Amino acid sequence: MSKEEFKEKLAVTFTSAAFDESGQWLNMTVPAAEWLNVASDLRVLEGAPFDYMFCLTCVDWKTKLTMVYHLECMQTKDIVVVKADLDRNNPEIESVSYIWRTAEFHEREVYELFGVKFLNHPDLRLLILPEGWEGRNPMRKDFEDPVNMIKL
Amino acid sequence: MYRESQIIRNNTPDNYMVINVGPQHPSTHGVLHFVITLNGETVVKLEPHLGYIHRSIEKMCESLNYRQFVYVTSRMDYLSSHINNHACALCVEQGLQVEIPERAQVIRVLMDELTRLASHLLWWGSMAMDIGALTPFFHAFREREMITEIFEETCGARLTMNYICPGGVMADLHPDFQAKVKAFLKQLKEKLPEYHELVTGNIIFQNRTKGIGILSKKDAISFGVSGPTARASGVSCDVRKRYPYELYDKLEFKEVLEDGGDCWARYLVRMEEINQSVAIVEQLIDHIPEGDIQAKTKAVLKLPKGEFYSRVETARGDLGVYIVSEGGTTPYRIKFRSPGFSNLSAMETMCKGGKIGDFVAVMGSVDLVIPDIDR
Amino acid sequence: MKFSLEYITKSVDGWLNATFNPTIAFLIESVIVMVLVIALFAFLGLVLVIMERKVAAFMQIRLGPNRVGPKGMFQTVADTLKLIVKEGFTPNNVDKFLFNLAPFIVMITAMVAMAPLPFANGFQIWDVNIGILFITAITSVSVIGILMAGWSSNNKYSLLGAMRSGAQIVSYELSAGLSILVIVMLSGSLRISDIVAAQADGWWIFKGHIPVLISFVIFIIAATAETNRAPFDMAEAESELTAGFHTEYSGMKFALFFLAEYVNIFIVCAVGATLFLGGWMPLHFGTGTAFNTVMDYIPGIVWFFGKTFLLIFIIMWFRWTFPRLRIDQLLNLEWKYLLPICLVNLLLATIIAIAGWHF
Repeated sequence: MSKEEFKEKLAVTFTSAAFDESGQWLNMTVPAAEWLNVASDLRVLEGAPFDYMFCLTCVDWKTKLTMVYHLECMQTKDIVVVKADLDRNNPEIESVSYIWRTAEFHEREVYELFGVKFLNHPDLRLLILPEGWEGRNPMRKDFEDPVNMIKL
Repeated sequence: MYRESQIIRNNTPDNYMVINVGPQHPSTHGVLHFVITLNGETVVKLEPHLGYIHRSIEKMCESLNYRQFVYVTSRMDYLSSHINNHACALCVEQGLQVEIPERAQVIRVLMDELTRLASHLLWWGSMAMDIGALTPFFHAFREREMITEIFEETCGARLTMNYICPGGVMADLHPDFQAKVKAFLKQLKEKLPEYHELVTGNIIFQNRTKGIGILSKKDAISFGVSGPTARASGVSCDVRKRYPYELYDKLEFKEVLEDGGDCWARYLVRMEEINQSVAIVEQLIDHIPEGDIQAKTKAVLKLPKGEFYSRVETARGDLGVYIVSEGGTTPYRIKFRSPGFSNLSAMETMCKGGKIGDFVAVMGSVDLVIPDIDR
Repeated sequence: MKFSLEYITKSVDGWLNATFNPTIAFLIESVIVMVLVIALFAFLGLVLVIMERKVAAFMQIRLGPNRVGPKGMFQTVADTLKLIVKEGFTPNNVDKFLFNLAPFIVMITAMVAMAPLPFANGFQIWDVNIGILFITAITSVSVIGILMAGWSSNNKYSLLGAMRSGAQIVSYELSAGLSILVIVMLSGSLRISDIVAAQADGWWIFKGHIPVLISFVIFIIAATAETNRAPFDMAEAESELTAGFHTEYSGMKFALFFLAEYVNIFIVCAVGATLFLGGWMPLHFGTGTAFNTVMDYIPGIVWFFGKTFLLIFIIMWFRWTFPRLRIDQLLNLEWKYLLPICLVNLLLATIIAIAGWHF
């Protein structure tokens, strides 16, 4: 399915989403509040259920955080990239670890590196960082560590 | 230690025992730390603790330019460093819109497949070692040594090669390359039946792996498992077939699928992948075209504003490189989707209800590389 | 003139009894025996460790130790020196008394079990009339040492290893005992010298055909399991339990466990060689043939050690080629397969012994 056809198909279901087809794959930006609904619909989308989440990450844009979800349909090989912008000071989004179980670990990683709070996550704890790093998020652009970081 | 005591406080009935497997333990292949709750010998709960070898490569890459950051990635999955470099190079090339000379493409595929062979050979040895047979490790290293020698001649390094770079490859092949690869293939084909005799046919090995650590197809997809681990559960996820890059759409090879989902199936998939990689190398080794080894690129690479994602198949699964560019010489944000991280998340499902011995067998068959998980 | 160690033992015994009164003679003899056993112990430790490493190297296409002494033969001497000089470390919060006692229990049982072994004709410490029963009884005491070590170490790996070891040794004792019983029945005696004498016209493995062959195979399996060797090394399964019951031990205390393991291998192999392969008895067929006379010129001690080391090599061969079983598979093997086979085999052997169908 070409990107345009695909976009048209998705646009019918997801009215609140903004589409961008300039990149490698179809991008789709949804409001953070609606992400859980979008995700559950994508997982059971007719014809192309996106059952495989191969990447979940976050980008710090200094003014906002953007969650990026890469979803793939194992049958049709379609790929869609879903993005959701978050408030940088109080980033909160629904967890999708009940839909794609791989998200559980990836969300924990994003939680500690970017400080995004995942609501209804089964076990939101630090995964990589040792105790005492809650609230300090090393992958944010304004993170400072004068001892260990060398500025080039 | 703190984490362990917390777990004991929170959820341990009297007859349960919590043991720390790792960070220094013979079967975790590095500094991975599992906190396992046991009921007698049976695994009740398994919780990985990561970060012992986390170097924050993603953050580091944000301050390195597009030529430099490739070299850091060799240190992620050190057993398939060529393939890591390849993924990064593909991602940068996608942004630069450059066409790679055919010779460079052939060399890249050859190197990828040799890396896969080396990685699978090491895996074979270490899986047998996990299950308790020490001898196969040395036999596997005999063959792996030949590959590392080939790499050493061409790339100058034996483990972290840094050979594939954006635009092509760093240097031309060593004149002995073809002869040595052919000698290696001959040796490997001679010795593979020996491998099967020593390990595959062994009844104890079969008992230890058959029906152990079952991962259903549904779970495999849901956990984002990739690579041989997923293919053993019947998930067709070989990036080389699904989203071909470089020459893979022109090559003849099979995507190995099994539907057992247990350690035995994972073992068989990897053993068959060795044959497939040998077939790929054989198709290419006599047909390395003459020509440039690098496309013409500027000294300082600048990617246009946008997002680029490349996927390659490493020996462990689907490696993704996600670059967000702001148009500068360094990536604004870079994310490595490592196969090990997702495969690790499925560990608990695979090990629950098994014995400690089963946990070790599953660890061996999933073939985790810890720096790849921690990045 | 056939060489026999019996002359030496007889003359020493005669001279001592003629010179001193019997009590003092007995005491002096005991001291000599003690010194000899400890010397044999040290010697076996050194030889078996280097043998294991060389066998492993041979199986693993590498050279093995080759730096200390000719062909690396003194490597174990160097290792032992290192272990002796090392600090005898006792971790915090262990049960100090049991922790320090355990290696000695394991060691002493191995030493005591050596008493009824006949190294050559008349060269035997104690020819007790229940010799074989004595050995099986004593070797099973070593499990107490292992359990003690695992429990007192205050380490979960040690505890798991010790519990596994307990389950394993107790189960495999059954098969070992039942397979020994076949020979006892055919020989008609528990005294080891009688069992060896019964093989003067052919070893039991040839004379007793089917039941003895079956019990020999089972005995080798059970012996491997009882000494905690791969593929049955559940107690120390290094990929699962790091080092099992001796995780917390270091220095000389570790060396004692290590040494006891090798001496235990020697003992079970010596028992196997004595029961099934005739012990010090040369290869005989029938009685009074020329072949037997030729064979008699090879001293009994060579036969004994030759057979024992052959069995030891087989057990080492197992270790370096087989993967490890899982604990439940290990117990299944014993209780579901080996034990029933043993019982049926015992019945078969009884019929053969009564009907006189053996040679």
